[in-house]
Amino acid sequence: MQSLDSAFFALSDPTRRAILARLAQGEATAMELAEPFDMSQPAISRHIKVLEGAGLIGRRAEGTKRHCRLQKRGIESMQQWLAMMHEAMSRNYDRLDGVLAGMQRETRKGKQR
Amino acid sequence: MSKLTLVTEGDTHVVVKRHFAATPEQVYRAHTEAALIQQWMLGPEGWTMPVCINDARPGGGFRYEWSNGKGGGFHITGEFLELAPFSRIVHVERMHLPDPTPDNHIVTTFIADGAGTLMTMRMTLPSAEVRAAVLATGMEHGMEASYQRLESTMSGANS
Repeated sequence: MQSLDSAFFALSDPTRRAILARLAQGEATAMELAEPFDMSQPAISRHIKVLEGAGLIGRRAEGTKRHCRLQKRGIESMQQWLAMMHEAMSRNYDRLDGVLAGMQRETRKGKQR
Repeated sequence: MSKLTLVTEGDTHVVVKRHFAATPEQVYRAHTEAALIQQWMLGPEGWTMPVCINDARPGGGFRYEWSNGKGGGFHITGEFLELAPFSRIVHVERMHLPDPTPDNHIVTTFIADGAGTLMTMRMTLPSAEVRAAVLATGMEHGMEASYQRLESTMSGANS
């Protein structure tokens, strides 16, 4: 769960979400990622480091250039979180069926009285 | 008929539907009364909700804390924006893991459906960007695929 915490923290910032959206379209260098933002290169680099630390993106060196890309495993762990939510909800609602059945019995008893 | 469906919609929504064999009033109450919530909103087997603070009125807050009884736990906080008994609840919530997740805006409706109730819960995630990041790895094929993947992951972990 530790990496999931950092993944959600990474997603809490709009610049980092925009960087992920850009990378969803394909690889990009840090300089290309900085272009649409009114932000210094070091500031963008810090955001990239947070995303990298959260396992959401990876970097590949090619000569002096470093290309950023989405890291499938990090993104998948978030998908798994959603899937666990589905699983937990299914169990919750199965339990709720039982709670509702109990409420129905109470109502019927009340009417008989 | 009682099976849960969970699908994505548009850029930022997730929609959950479930049918219940009870009246809208009963299902609504089970979503707004703390004593009832604590009986079912528990997540995986073995988890309990030791803290369920719930001020179910517009502007009221709530805090649900879960524990696995082994020192593990997390909590959700949120605020109610709109409550229309017994048909509609609008609220925002976030998980604390312990860092807060982005706010999830949720509209839940309870509509009479035959002898029972159809509950529809429409979540709005914070941005299209979050969804874009998820779409990048094949979510365009629907969430089912990742559930199937998770199921195989979990059956692998159990065996």
